[in-house]
Amino acid sequence: MTFQVHGTAPSTCTGRVLIALYEKNVEDFQIVEVDLMKGEHKSPEFLKNQPFGQIPFIVDGDVQLFESRAICRYVAHKYADQGTPLYGATAADAALTEQWLEVEAQNYNGPIAALVFNLVFAPMFGAPRDDAVVAAQTAKLEAVLDVYEQRLSESKFLAGDFFSLADLAHMTYTHYLINMAHQGAMFDSRPHVKAWVAELFARPSYQKWLALPGHLH
Amino acid sequence: MGIEIHGTAASTCTGRVLLTLFEKNVEDYKIVQVDMAKGEHKSPEFLKSQPFGQIPYIIDGDVKLFESRAIARYVTKKFADQGTPLYGSSPKDAALTEQWLEVESQSYNGPISTIVFNLVFAPMFGMTTDEAVVAAQTAKLEAVLDVYEKRLSESKYLAGDFFSLADLSHITYTHYLMNVAQKGAIYDSRPHVKAWIADLFSRPSTQKWLKEAGFAK
Repeated sequence: MTFQVHGTAPSTCTGRVLIALYEKNVEDFQIVEVDLMKGEHKSPEFLKNQPFGQIPFIVDGDVQLFESRAICRYVAHKYADQGTPLYGATAADAALTEQWLEVEAQNYNGPIAALVFNLVFAPMFGAPRDDAVVAAQTAKLEAVLDVYEQRLSESKFLAGDFFSLADLAHMTYTHYLINMAHQGAMFDSRPHVKAWVAELFARPSYQKWLALPGHLH
Repeated sequence: MGIEIHGTAASTCTGRVLLTLFEKNVEDYKIVQVDMAKGEHKSPEFLKSQPFGQIPYIIDGDVKLFESRAIARYVTKKFADQGTPLYGSSPKDAALTEQWLEVESQSYNGPISTIVFNLVFAPMFGMTTDEAVVAAQTAKLEAVLDVYEKRLSESKYLAGDFFSLADLSHITYTHYLMNVAQKGAIYDSRPHVKAWIADLFSRPSTQKWLKEAGFAK
């Protein structure tokens, strides 16, 4: 009985889930393609599974779940005994993992998603790019990266000296901003952030995600 | 030696933490007041503890944590054996709790916090209310409440027929919008949402927070 991920491999949020599966050495899953270009994610059929019209959602036996960070937590707990320990080794590690995962969700995600939309997706669909938004969100993201620079001067990864779900959650959007929107300068100008990004992109799970078909270049 | 919460009881995010402590029957805590009006949360001293300049953060022995949803998860796990089971009673319940907690975080929180800022806090600090923003965010919030209306016609609470951290996470901001900004109509016009809200506000933990926050006697 296969674990199904409904979405599309190159998408930021589907990618977050796929990287988590790879980190946990889960091979036995299937990607069920959702045709975003045809608006499949807004169809009445799809909305029965994900009422906000967003990808991904998963089907794992009698568990059906959406929200990529919730799915990642589910994967991390279900496969706790294999692969990378995505919550570290202690209760304190787990608490700090949750803290920095919330930081990603509350402080990093907003600005970076707005930038990736304006700089990568809007041009693709012939939609106008909002330069005022790009400027404002870049300033916000840089302020967050200043905090990260300080934090990463104290520990190798965000939650401590171990790679965790908190670091993982950053990977796909950061790939889009650096490699597709070519906004790497703000990461390169902060030496600890730069080293951290290099670490994340060196991980086999990231490489595996990048190698999946469908990525735009 | 209990949990020290650095924040202020009436604040939405500090309140989220307090509600969790109350649901778990935790009595041994202390609020260390942070003087927002004096800008204490932006002082260099405070920023050492919470680098984003936001309340609350907690100190529990050698664990120091910020981000209210991360703190709420920490409290829920630490006191798993007492009080309300805030993740339900099975791994599937826990997964659905995380899903709807992410929905609150990603879809509900953005619009409602923006509306509450404009209608409640901006006037308090002599700043302008942006009516266009209020209108746009209200439309977004109503679209989310449409999804909630459907969901709550299928189960008593968001994650299932059990009160969970997902429901709890909505309470403090909803209080500010409904009772302080007097915008309850969007909830009242949706019968299942209305019943859910009535249930959340009848909980002893909610009543206790309202008293501690100075909203009720």
